[in-house]
Amino acid sequence: MKILVCITHVPDTTTKITFTDQNTKLNTAGVQYVIGPYDEYALSRAIELRDASGGSVTVLHVGDAEAEPTIRKALAIGADDAIRVNAEAKDAFFVAEQIAHIAKQNQYDLILMGRESIDFNGGQVHGMVGELLGWPAVSPVMKLDINGGTATLAKEIEGGKEYLEVALPLVAGCQEPIAEWRIPNMRGIMSARTKPLAVVDPVGSDAGTTVAEYQLPPAKGSCKMVDAANIKELVDLLKNEAKVL
Amino acid sequence: MSVLIYAEGFEGKIKKSSLEALAYGAALASKLNTSAIALATGTFQASELSALGKYGASKVLHVSDQRMDETPVAAIASAIAAAANAGAAQVVIMPKSALTDSASSKVAVKLKAGVVNNVVELPDLTSGFKVKRAIYTGKAFAVTEINTPIKVLLLRKNAMNAIANGNDCPVEAFQPSFEATDFGLKRLKVEKAEGEILLPEAEIVVSGGRGLKGPENWHLIESLAKALHAGTGCSKPVSDMDWRPHHEHVGQTGVKVSPNLYIAVGISGAIQHLAGVNSSKVIVVINKDPEAPFFKAADYGVVGDAFDVLPQLTEAVKALN
Repeated sequence: MKILVCITHVPDTTTKITFTDQNTKLNTAGVQYVIGPYDEYALSRAIELRDASGGSVTVLHVGDAEAEPTIRKALAIGADDAIRVNAEAKDAFFVAEQIAHIAKQNQYDLILMGRESIDFNGGQVHGMVGELLGWPAVSPVMKLDINGGTATLAKEIEGGKEYLEVALPLVAGCQEPIAEWRIPNMRGIMSARTKPLAVVDPVGSDAGTTVAEYQLPPAKGSCKMVDAANIKELVDLLKNEAKVL
Repeated sequence: MSVLIYAEGFEGKIKKSSLEALAYGAALASKLNTSAIALATGTFQASELSALGKYGASKVLHVSDQRMDETPVAAIASAIAAAANAGAAQVVIMPKSALTDSASSKVAVKLKAGVVNNVVELPDLTSGFKVKRAIYTGKAFAVTEINTPIKVLLLRKNAMNAIANGNDCPVEAFQPSFEATDFGLKRLKVEKAEGEILLPEAEIVVSGGRGLKGPENWHLIESLAKALHAGTGCSKPVSDMDWRPHHEHVGQTGVKVSPNLYIAVGISGAIQHLAGVNSSKVIVVINKDPEAPFFKAADYGVVGDAFDVLPQLTEAVKALN
């Protein structure tokens, strides 16, 4: 089975977000970049599926060369090879076009990615790729098993979980607990340096959406403390001051 | 020309977040000098749909095909795109949910529309079409310009007040043509989560962390939640230790909530947890450690032991009712 895993290169979840250049760019000073956490679940499950039944795992990233350490980490975790589309990820549709273009040149059975990127939280790319390829797309997927040409999966829905069955090929947006994250071992880290990483040019159109300006939320006012011995006062404040009860 | 609003339902009722999306769509339609049309899919009582007029819909298109009750994402996307085409919609609005995250991306491709998720305000139409959305899981906002003729917006929960002040509106049957692949996924079964209140839809959320010491103490959280008609959540360590199911995990990689009131008990307030709750209107933190970082993000704080404070708080809330 040939699996394509699409990864994002995003600030670590503990990053304090600030902007620069008159609020048009993220201030990257001191920011640690990581594989998107949801993408890492997708990658881990892809490697498990390959290890169980053979095939290959290719990672794909749309972005500039600064992401290469993140791509190498995906190779160290266990992907076989990588493709980087050398372009700024302008918006969800632009990224989906790149993925669909790569997918049309290769015969993948499965395209996995995170349910959303943790920077822009759009959650759009998997559905767009499915629509562009004419493949079913399912998200957020919490469990994924492949039996021959059929996938069975559990998807989170509001109020519970839905179990679905569908024939491959398939696009899935993944989240925990689909797999355990894998920590790269020394052999993986050494071999990642020599695994193939192809750099290709982008295709497609102008972005349908552009960011005019970034903003930070207003600072939170100070916290009003209530004595633990006088909890009734808290209820009074919530009812009469905050007006939320 | 029109503004189309997808009114998502849950078990035969239109969701509160859909009413917020309708209020948003109606306000936008009046800015654009056009009408707001709602679309509902699946089985509803007629009165449930005609009541959408009260929130600003001029009419409701209803796809009553029973297959829609299983919420097939591709078929719902086809229905939304067909309704948008039929009404020459300039803007399509959906309440943000697990369903619309997936459906909107298909609609956007079908309509060649730019799509923006987690919208928090009405758009600025003074030059072009600019709309503010939450990014970095609520740690920041991006004012985003949409350059395509048709726009798709997903509205974050609690970003708009839904107030019923109009009259009922007509309901029309709508029968889009589906593609064979629209029903290509076979539903094997559904597991329902416990509890009556959907966490992402709850107006009040009570969450517990490691300070509760173990799953056997969760009745303290549940009693307070019951008194407040609240949903229950938990921190990531709590769901990782299987004290509580994963769908209750609130935070950056879990459920993001934006209720009117968020009460955090025995949660220290790691930045990843705050990311999932920082768009709550009012935050109350109860923690025995006065240095817990969560107090910096809170509106009201109580330094105290969860085992003392929770029963007292539950009683005080009950006394109020």
